[in-house]
Amino acid sequence: MTRLNRIIGRTPFYVLTGGLALIFLYPILWTSVSSVSPQPGSRQVDGFGWGNYRTLLEYQDGVWHYLGNSVIISAVAVATTLVVATLGGYAFARFRFPGKDMLFLLTLAILMVPYATVLVPLVIWLKALGLNDTLVGVGLVLAVFQLPFATFMMRIAFEAVPREMEEAALVDGCGTFSALCRVLLHVVKPGLITIGLFAFLAAWNDFMVPLYLVSGDNQPLPLALVNMRQQVMGVIDYGATQAGVVVLTVPCVVLFLVLQRHYVNGFMSGALKG
Amino acid sequence: MSTTTSPRPGVAADIPRRTGRRRLRRHRSALHGWFYATPTAALVTVLFLVPLVLVLWMSGADWTLLGGNSGANFPDNFVEVVENRLFWPSVWFTLKYTVITTAILISMALGLAMLVQESTRWRGFLRTALLVPTALGLASASLLFYALYSPQVGPVSPALDRLGLTDANVNVLGTTDGALWSTVILIVWRFAGFFMLLLLVGLQGIPHEVYEAARIDGARTWQIFARITLPLLRPSLALSTILCVTGSLLAFDQFFILTKGGPDGSTMTVVQLIYSLAFESKRDLGMAAALSVIVLAALVIINIVQLKTLRRSPDE
Repeated sequence: MTRLNRIIGRTPFYVLTGGLALIFLYPILWTSVSSVSPQPGSRQVDGFGWGNYRTLLEYQDGVWHYLGNSVIISAVAVATTLVVATLGGYAFARFRFPGKDMLFLLTLAILMVPYATVLVPLVIWLKALGLNDTLVGVGLVLAVFQLPFATFMMRIAFEAVPREMEEAALVDGCGTFSALCRVLLHVVKPGLITIGLFAFLAAWNDFMVPLYLVSGDNQPLPLALVNMRQQVMGVIDYGATQAGVVVLTVPCVVLFLVLQRHYVNGFMSGALKG
Repeated sequence: MSTTTSPRPGVAADIPRRTGRRRLRRHRSALHGWFYATPTAALVTVLFLVPLVLVLWMSGADWTLLGGNSGANFPDNFVEVVENRLFWPSVWFTLKYTVITTAILISMALGLAMLVQESTRWRGFLRTALLVPTALGLASASLLFYALYSPQVGPVSPALDRLGLTDANVNVLGTTDGALWSTVILIVWRFAGFFMLLLLVGLQGIPHEVYEAARIDGARTWQIFARITLPLLRPSLALSTILCVTGSLLAFDQFFILTKGGPDGSTMTVVQLIYSLAFESKRDLGMAAALSVIVLAALVIINIVQLKTLRRSPDE
């Protein structure tokens, strides 16, 4: 009886919170269903089917081309973030060298300068470097703005490793670099996954940096989708837009669900910072 | 016995050699340190420091998109930017948007964090549901809501029609207020989970004993919230507020995609104006750089003020 009472007593809680969860999931579910549903003005007029996705395949260079651009930008950003932040975090955690504190503060200072305020000079500067309108240029710029978080995170990760671990390797005749590769990398792997995940989500989804820095054939998918929507004068193909949103979203949501623990860990150390 | 004492005489003789070795080690350590830090230094210099200096230089130069640099003209760009007809409206709109977004997001995130604080399976599911939108890009989320708000295919306009608020054919993005609130809803949906998680980390840092002691002393739920939770949560709240204010002041994607600054420039944010000055209206990189410098300076000042007021410890 008391148990029944408790369940009845808690029903409003479940209804309310269930409704809340539904509200947050609704837009994603709606887009996914709409993208295969019939709607006027799109290629999928009657019945359910993949018409909108076919529109995407045939839009200019085709969705695969823009997806490929997104993959390259993300790969450059993730690889650069991982390599630079790992080496940098190791340097800051384990070595003493002149200018160390200065460089660390300078890296954190990137947090104070959002990229929105340096994209105008970057347009000019990347041209001077020969990186204008290139996917590598976009990837590198995105990586730089991941550095404060990533370097901080890796410094903490390396500092948490007991020194004895690598000293054993050093005594065995390893140099510091092979100690890093053979011993330390395995220990800081969770940190690497976290910063890699954050770098990927940021690079994959970024719209503003490619908007300033690339055009035409080099557009990543978010930029291509926004331009596709604008190019069809008057009639907007909402069906194709929704299909594009689904294509962009699926990898992020899958990665998020698989790596949720690492995502949350990123917040833990991010909150320490404050 | 002799084996344990025999190294002893060597200790004194070892000292000079050891410091020598230590110095060598420190020297090598500095070299190695720099070796590992070089990629960081290179990237930070080339893609952060140089652009930062360049933006200052460009802001004081007559620099058009097509014509390039034609020499210094300080302070013409700054004067022209401030006198631009969209400057003050965009500043005002950005501030309004920032206040509304921050107030709603932070209070809602705090409520959500307290709701999902205990770890039960149901609340774990709730957390995940609230966090899924944060995995979407802002651009994808904006495109998603653009369709959601469209009177042609979206469910929002018919729903408002059924409630008797507007006609079914009215686009909610068509009026200034409609566009503002539609964007706020999009941002709340996208970021509520993010700030909930930040505050949740803070909530879980408050020791259980504090709550128990308060309950034993007969404190009511409201008193516990006002006197214990809020003060102890202050660092997390400060971090969330600073992140939310900074992010909102820099709003770009959501307005660029949802409203394009319209109707009639009324939802133009400051960062959108930078883009517009550089590539659309004036095609003047000097003016765009000048506005970038203004935004940067304003952000630094606002963040310093926020750090000073929000990070103060509760007993001060």
